[in-house]
Amino acid sequence: MTTTTLPDEKGHFGMYGGRYVPETLMQAIIELEKEYEKAKVDPSFQNELNDLLRDYVGRETPLYYAKNLTKYAGGGKIYLKREDLNHTGAHKINNSLGQALLTKRMGKSKVVAETGAGQHGVATATACALLNLECVIFMGEEDILRQQLNVFRMEILGAKVISVKSGSATLKDAVNEALRYWVSNVEDTHYILGSAMGPHPFPKIVRDFQSVIGQETKLQFMKKEAKLPEAVVACIGGGSNAIGMFYPFLEDREVRLYGVESAGLGLHSEKHAASLAKGKPGILHGAYMYLLQNQDGQIQEAHSISAGLDYPGIGPEHCYLHDIERVKYDAITDDEALEALQVLSKTEGIIPALESAHAISYALKLAKEMEPTEHIVVCLSGRGDKDMEAVRSKIGGVKA
Amino acid sequence: MNRIEKVFKTMKVEGRKAFVPYVMAGDGGLASLKEKLVFLQEAGATAIEIGIPFSDPVADGPVIQEAGIRALNTGVTLQEIVDCIREIRPIIHIPLIFMTYMNPLLAYGLERFSRDIQTSGIDGLIIPDLPIEEEEIITAYLDEVKIELIRLVTLQSPIERMEEITKRGKGFVYAVTVNGITGTRAQFATHLSSHLKKIKSVSPLPVLAGFGISTPEHVEEILKYCDGVIVGTKIIELMEAGNYEHIRALIDATKLPIA
Repeated sequence: MTTTTLPDEKGHFGMYGGRYVPETLMQAIIELEKEYEKAKVDPSFQNELNDLLRDYVGRETPLYYAKNLTKYAGGGKIYLKREDLNHTGAHKINNSLGQALLTKRMGKSKVVAETGAGQHGVATATACALLNLECVIFMGEEDILRQQLNVFRMEILGAKVISVKSGSATLKDAVNEALRYWVSNVEDTHYILGSAMGPHPFPKIVRDFQSVIGQETKLQFMKKEAKLPEAVVACIGGGSNAIGMFYPFLEDREVRLYGVESAGLGLHSEKHAASLAKGKPGILHGAYMYLLQNQDGQIQEAHSISAGLDYPGIGPEHCYLHDIERVKYDAITDDEALEALQVLSKTEGIIPALESAHAISYALKLAKEMEPTEHIVVCLSGRGDKDMEAVRSKIGGVKA
Repeated sequence: MNRIEKVFKTMKVEGRKAFVPYVMAGDGGLASLKEKLVFLQEAGATAIEIGIPFSDPVADGPVIQEAGIRALNTGVTLQEIVDCIREIRPIIHIPLIFMTYMNPLLAYGLERFSRDIQTSGIDGLIIPDLPIEEEEIITAYLDEVKIELIRLVTLQSPIERMEEITKRGKGFVYAVTVNGITGTRAQFATHLSSHLKKIKSVSPLPVLAGFGISTPEHVEEILKYCDGVIVGTKIIELMEAGNYEHIRALIDATKLPIA
């Protein structure tokens, strides 16, 4: 069976995905799909994107052997795919630039986006500044408080940031408002969705633009170790860095893939963001996917120390890969992520984003069970500068 | 014959236009649903759209969002709403249409939902996050019990798509009058009249316009081009304010001779 030919033409990954959107948006997403399929095989589009990824984003990003972290864990060798070294500090820019170029191609002049941690907002504001597109970003009030610095970065870049107060005032509600804004401004506005979720063709487009992560990793790892890694680990909120990392490895059955959700205060508590572990399939934001919901189908609030993982759903392709057991999904708590952030900082001098720290934490557990001849690649999806306030409030620091 | 079909047949013969108000089930407590439906029936509503609250209603503006939150805060469940309709049904003779999003229905179970709403006396269903591309997920169950799935056509739907949607449609076609979400608006797009005429020209079903309609003047103007109006946000606001006279005025606007 092949897993790399999905989604089908209606945007389904098995039972997941699809296009559950208001009729007003159907024409826009049908056009987006057509234009994307053309762009995909248009060498001038691909060249423009690749030039920007190289000269503007700074790709390819290094694949770094974390010797000290490996020693700390004791076991398998840990490599880090350094997406944190991208321009704007996370993998998000890979997708934002691609979709901003698509926006231009569709003759639209405005962009709307949602953001959780602010990384996708910053990346989209950046791409819009570069390509001269008007940019509106919806961000939950709760996240604005957690990520003040990123809000200001977006504003400096010329974006308008709109605070979302409805619901839990986090990523889920920011997506609601971005969708409502898009419905109202669909004629001249493209929605740059930031994760591998939402209605078809977004999960596919975001995956394709992020697949550069896994493609580079595969080549780099082959060059260094003359084989494929035994294990690949990535954190998951909506799941864009993970699907970008996993997708090129899907057919390599010997490579074990691990997706790490946020267990928040623990899976036994009500405060987590582990949609696969604790949710059940349903429909939100245009797609059929696993969702945290009560028995009446009302969506529940997610919780994670990391704003980027704080989402009650998970991209449809991950749901499918979960069901067919191609990827193993697990969860890491807030405390474990905080600890991993400090461990990586102290052993390697690399401060990871809290999101990525979930993947690091899981990789440390995994490495302990592996032989020194075996290898793990961790997608270090972003850098931790944005999280310093949140981390300091948890673990304290020197006061003047 | 389904009540919706029957009502529109009669209206056509008598040359009347339809008025379909929207109420949110559970807003103000589920007990108040009965008196709201009785009032609207008595005031001359053609049919009533009953909203089932959902935590994340992306097609709705602030007023309906808040009505939904108020309803959910009372702890109301879909099961209770269905049971409530079953209880009220004997005294309500006009068609009743549920409007909600996919997820509460999935959680209830699509087959069970279709069966239960039929036996409770619901005639139609509007699901704003279910375009025709995905509707197969539920149509077989609805067809089985003859519940009519009302499809939406929007300003963005090209003519071929309008044809496809209206051809599949049951009951009536819901013509969305704005690019946007529900909520009152001062003005409509200048090309709305030609848009409604276009839908009328392709649709084998009655065409009802909705989204943003809030004054008797809107009602009169829009009725020149279609068979009826759906009013949601304004009805909720007026009910909140206890302004029932104004609701009567909106409904009465459909009874004026069309210029």
